[in-house]
Amino acid sequence: MAEQYIYAVARVRSRELSLLNESVIAQLCAASGEEECLRILSEKGWGNPDLPSEEMFREEEKKTWAFIRELVPDNMQIFDVFRLEDDYHNLKAAVKEACIDGDHPGIFAEGGTLDPEMLKRALAESDYEALPKDMREVAREAKETLLQTRDGQLCDAVIDRAALEAVRIAGEASGVPLLRDYGELICATGDIKTAVRSAKCGKERQFLMKALAPCSSLDVELLADAASSGTEAVMAYLDHTVYADAADELKKSLAAFERWCDNRMIETIRPEIHNPFGIGPVAAYILARENEIKTVRIILAAKRNDMPEDVLRERVRSMYV
Amino acid sequence: MSLGLFFALTGAALAAATSGLGSARGVGIAGQAAAGSCTDNPDLFSKVLILQLLPGTQGIYGLLIAFICLSQIGLLGGGADPNMSLSTGLLYLAACVPVIIVEPISAINQGKTSVASIAMVTKKQETFGKSMIFPAMVETYAILALLISILAIFGVSAMA
Repeated sequence: MAEQYIYAVARVRSRELSLLNESVIAQLCAASGEEECLRILSEKGWGNPDLPSEEMFREEEKKTWAFIRELVPDNMQIFDVFRLEDDYHNLKAAVKEACIDGDHPGIFAEGGTLDPEMLKRALAESDYEALPKDMREVAREAKETLLQTRDGQLCDAVIDRAALEAVRIAGEASGVPLLRDYGELICATGDIKTAVRSAKCGKERQFLMKALAPCSSLDVELLADAASSGTEAVMAYLDHTVYADAADELKKSLAAFERWCDNRMIETIRPEIHNPFGIGPVAAYILARENEIKTVRIILAAKRNDMPEDVLRERVRSMYV
Repeated sequence: MSLGLFFALTGAALAAATSGLGSARGVGIAGQAAAGSCTDNPDLFSKVLILQLLPGTQGIYGLLIAFICLSQIGLLGGGADPNMSLSTGLLYLAACVPVIIVEPISAINQGKTSVASIAMVTKKQETFGKSMIFPAMVETYAILALLISILAIFGVSAMA
């Protein structure tokens, strides 16, 4: 099985050479402005300086997926775990569009596995059978919740929980240790974010139990108890889990916690850089590219808004290579 | 025709067959990695080709043992003894066992090590010399098995 991907891994090893490393990121942080950043990126093969940056990011994402499709054309569904979040984002958009009159262009993400038009149609006509089996119940519940309560936050919570659960289950079902760890980390960090936000808004335990997705590294009952008591209680609970480091970051800010989540993901995938067999290095490459795009997006936004370099450096993510 | 000759011939045939199968697998595994490496960087061709070929030697060792065995039992020169005793035939088979077992295992493992070394060269071309050492270490055991089989075949031949 592992020998099936030897060619793919060898090609990934070649491509890893063109990933942005820490020194390029430092160069981007030290650049005088957005234009200089775009010039440096252009030298590294990213888009061209005339291209709007959002267009450049889309192009880079397309390049990554085109490369992966070339490597594993027969087993692309194993990477659906990375695209499920976009599917559930689109479900959220479709539910809202079905409940609010009018057309809202630009609210659908492009990277999902499901056709946004199909989602729109299914939700508008309440034809849940047209949706994948795992999505039917959550789509029905989210639409009914929004129609009955007009509470967009509750509707979002229902779908977000389903998204986290779907990612975790897809990771486990893949049988690939890296994807299993990815699913677990996404689910756990998603729960922590929900718990902290809910604690800040003073949400009740009943809401939390609807919003938190079960995972093996966190006890959602205890997390819900803690979140209903306040943010301090959430951090105290996290101190006793494998996410103890996250508590320190949460004390700083939610942005610091987001950075910690991304860095933790990079730490999780880093061993794959020395693994010559299996699908793990291919999956790690996808995540490394996503991390790279996210980091460049942060840097360009900071340059556009004249953010001081030292503040920017605190926000950039660790790189895979 | 005695069973002795049958077993002696079986030893020679298995030595060539299992070693060849192992080498084919090892070279195949390393070849996939070599192709992947060269797709984006064709300059690496000569370096990765050497690494790909390393697991091919076990097939040659198997062939060598098969030749020696066939020649000692007289099947190559036409002087084979159709009445070779069962014990002599079994001794020839036993003499081939190190090659029959060790060569395919070492070829496959050497192929896997070559894959890792190809990744190393892909990342840093200057490590080519060092990267050769790792798969070459696996060769040691293939050579040891080859030596024992050669000594054993000549020993049996001297007894017969």
